[in-house]
Amino acid sequence: MSTLEAVRTQLVGARGIVERNVYLTRRYFLWDVAFFVWTVANTLTVVFIAEGVEATGGSIDVDRATTYLLVGAVLWAYLGIIFEFLTETVAWERWEGTIEYTFMAPLRRSAHLAGMGVFAVLYGLVRAVLLFMVVATFFDLELPGVDPVAALVVVLVASISFTGIGMMTAVLPLISPEKGAQLGFVAQGILLVVSGVYYPVEVLPVWMQALATISPATYALDGTRAAILDGAGIADLGGDLLALVVIGAVAVPAGLALFGAGERYAKRHGKLKRSG
Amino acid sequence: MHVAELTKTFVRKVARGARRGAGGATGRRVAALDLVTFAVRRGETIAVLGQNGSGKSTLVRILSTLLLPDGGEARVLGHDVVREPLAVQRVVNRVSVEASFFKKMSATENLSYAARFYGISGRQTRQAIPEILDRVGFPLSRRGEPMENLSRGMQQKVALARALLTSPVVLLLDEPTTGLDPRSKRDVQAFIREVRTTHDSTIILCTHDLAEAEALADRVGILDRGRLLALEPAGDLVDRYRSVTLEDAFFAATGRDLDPEAVDDEREVSG
Repeated sequence: MSTLEAVRTQLVGARGIVERNVYLTRRYFLWDVAFFVWTVANTLTVVFIAEGVEATGGSIDVDRATTYLLVGAVLWAYLGIIFEFLTETVAWERWEGTIEYTFMAPLRRSAHLAGMGVFAVLYGLVRAVLLFMVVATFFDLELPGVDPVAALVVVLVASISFTGIGMMTAVLPLISPEKGAQLGFVAQGILLVVSGVYYPVEVLPVWMQALATISPATYALDGTRAAILDGAGIADLGGDLLALVVIGAVAVPAGLALFGAGERYAKRHGKLKRSG
Repeated sequence: MHVAELTKTFVRKVARGARRGAGGATGRRVAALDLVTFAVRRGETIAVLGQNGSGKSTLVRILSTLLLPDGGEARVLGHDVVREPLAVQRVVNRVSVEASFFKKMSATENLSYAARFYGISGRQTRQAIPEILDRVGFPLSRRGEPMENLSRGMQQKVALARALLTSPVVLLLDEPTTGLDPRSKRDVQAFIREVRTTHDSTIILCTHDLAEAEALADRVGILDRGRLLALEPAGDLVDRYRSVTLEDAFFAATGRDLDPEAVDDEREVSG
């Protein structure tokens, strides 16, 4: 098989993963609607905090604080989608019983995980935009200088690092069928705390701020907020974008290597099967 | 296909409070495959008989690159299953006792995405899927229904179609008719017979069903507690153990009945 043919085969395989997830999303559409309503409610609960602070005597710029929280909540929901899809790469297959058929197919794991990542990003973006629009209608927000293109570029570049970290957490259900997914939530929770989703990272203890510097979510939130709240353009976001590119360049190969090691462990110990 | 001195050992977890093994190990080592050696010619069908836990599925899982052996070697069309998994995966497919599909998705959807993993494009599957479903006797009017609405027999036909869609040179059948109603069982067996005659596929059929093994295979192997005791034409096997039937020969070789319900719990192992 020529190199070109091999690449084509892997691209078709990655497309198969995307195609399968489209089929599943169509079949589980009502679940998705219910999950979206829950996410809207959850986001509203967070975003109303800004008005709540003013109502209880606090003095803040309510509009800015509301937008600040909205960006954090929406980006967090987006990150959660990417993590969920990638972390459950193995768990879904195990649940449906297809794990052996997928892992015995001539599909490189890089193509497999890339397919999961591409679908997660597309699905997550659609949901994030809808979530932002729906929640924004509950507030009288004014976003005069917003640069949506810059915000979108930041989110897309950040998606590469999010996918890389998702690949790392995806290995957990492979080596620990019972507790792997929960360990993925632990990793997600740590990112939630240290990345400044609902507050600036400067309020954190110094050691937690150190963790924030290696979290891609920190730069994604910083860049997106700058684009939406302050109208920063792509040229102004060079620092955040560079950090995201560097983290992505490390996270994706590291994620693939970790998943490969996990797969070898699973194959040695007989965990690559329905019951784990 | 060549398999030489293939070995796989699992550690069976010991219940809390039970005596630990040598060196304080928390599990007991159980040999799932013990120096298994055999060769299969291109286009040949062999059946492997064995009780539950005899190592049949372990053998199939190693040959399909889902499990790494502890020792020995297995080659499929000259490709080593450990060192060249992608080359092996391109030519092997499998049908197991569980049909294993995304249950909310239809037969067409399940076949379509699975074919992509083998580089088969949308244009190719649009034509090939109805043809192959028709060949396995699946009613085409039901190809758009979720798999969960289909009977076990129908699901198993879709599983056969999934395997054949990729034109495998080696087909691994791990108890493909277990649990099927008599009619579905006959249909699946007839199709395996058709594949034997129309394709040049090498088939390894693991089964509890002696009649199935005798009818479909060129040679029949007896796998017992991880050891391959024999691999010969059914008639030779009966003669060798001075038996009248294949069932008698199995009993003479292993000292046990080939009863699918007679699970030897000692052999049920975990990784």
